[in-house]
Amino acid sequence: MSAASAKAASSPARTPTARARITAVTSGKGGVGKTFISVNLAAALARQGRRVLVLDADLGLANLDVMLDLVPKITLHDVFTGKSSLEDAILPAPGGFSALLAGSGMVEYSRMTPEVRDQLLQVIDTVAPRYDHVILDTGAGISDVVLYAVSLADEVLVVVTPEPTSMTDAYATIKVLASTQARTLVKLVVNQTRRHGEGRTVCQQLQQVIDRFVNPGLATAVRLELMGQVPLDIAVRDSVLRRQLLLESLPGSPAALAVAAVGTRLLD
Amino acid sequence: MASALQLDTALQLLRQSGHGLPAGTPGSEAWLQSLIDSLVDLSSRDALTGLANRRSFELALAREIDRVARAGEPALLLALDIDHFKNVNDTYGHAAGDLVLKAVGSVLMDCVRPMDMVARVGGEEFAIVMPNCPAAFGEAVAERVRRRVEAMPVNIGLSQTIQVSVSIGGAFAPQWVRSSPALWIERADVQLYRAKAQGRNRVCLEPSAVSVVSAEEKALLFGISQFQDIE
Repeated sequence: MSAASAKAASSPARTPTARARITAVTSGKGGVGKTFISVNLAAALARQGRRVLVLDADLGLANLDVMLDLVPKITLHDVFTGKSSLEDAILPAPGGFSALLAGSGMVEYSRMTPEVRDQLLQVIDTVAPRYDHVILDTGAGISDVVLYAVSLADEVLVVVTPEPTSMTDAYATIKVLASTQARTLVKLVVNQTRRHGEGRTVCQQLQQVIDRFVNPGLATAVRLELMGQVPLDIAVRDSVLRRQLLLESLPGSPAALAVAAVGTRLLD
Repeated sequence: MASALQLDTALQLLRQSGHGLPAGTPGSEAWLQSLIDSLVDLSSRDALTGLANRRSFELALAREIDRVARAGEPALLLALDIDHFKNVNDTYGHAAGDLVLKAVGSVLMDCVRPMDMVARVGGEEFAIVMPNCPAAFGEAVAERVRRRVEAMPVNIGLSQTIQVSVSIGGAFAPQWVRSSPALWIERADVQLYRAKAQGRNRVCLEPSAVSVVSAEEKALLFGISQFQDIE
């Protein structure tokens, strides 16, 4: 700390600014609760006094606005096309955090181009100093947009459910991230679990296959860290249908408590 | 001010390397620029083979990885190592070893396009950076290099020739993704070790379709199924 302030004093033009921790939330398979986890995790972090921004990095098929019941007049699309400033596109969300929505105009950005790459990078570089935490809610699949968004993050959180299709896609995602981005730590949230300990089983199962098929080919092995399991809970369905944050509408429900615990774990 | 400059060693180095001395009036700006250009060239080449040295290779790699991330063009990095090079040195002496290094360096230069960079990055280690190399061509290019080295007799003096081979590892730069030269080198090196481990004189490229999950992987993933006991 003293070294940093000494450096700041000696060169005021290049003051080192604190930068938000950037967490990419991804899953491989769609429909496993990626956006649900992103927004409720953001609310959990905000509740702990963190300044949080959720960025809709699912440029092709954004649904953060639906989840948060927001009707944005200005979106990332307007920022990318130069119609609006970034400041005007950042909205206050119900859970005490900020949201930067992609909007439906982003369909044309579902493929990565040099322009999208530079603009996304610029947006992240601009918002990072203003928040404690930026959550990138990425799209489904392992597209180049998803991989690029994840490459900008300090840490990656993979959402998986205990179903074979979700586990296969989560495994493929981890494999690609390990081999092309040298991720050595991947955080895992197991969503929609049906019994106690199922999250741990899913995590161990994935780790076992990684140890056998992925790690031998890598210079540094990939390790999964289980951040928590979120139980299958009817309250989740209710809150999504009512387009409310679970942490706001039913904070005492089992799923809400579990997401809050993931938030605490993430800050450890 | 030129008279105050200590240029003797620089000029001596250029003469020794066969670079020729700078043209123009000694001490003039043009003459100094020409001298600096020659020194820059000298410091970016490997003295023995004349190939790019490790320093300029790393610069080229950083430039290329930025371009790949920016434009999404595929680029291939090959890491090459002469097989059993220590035996050559031990059996025929270091002078013969040097001739082998030169011969391999020159055949590598013959195998690539003008836009590609061939570098000597260590003792018997070489690297080739190939911009704009589509994934489908990677294997063919690397295999051609391997065959050309294998087919080349190296004259080590006294009408004695020997045959050498190379092991080659390769990896493509991740398109659109922010990566680092160090990681790219590491990925190519991992493949090089694989080629060595599989018996040398072969090419191993990083499998491009890493997102494909094989039947074996699935079997292990669901082998001890936790799904059976869900009511």
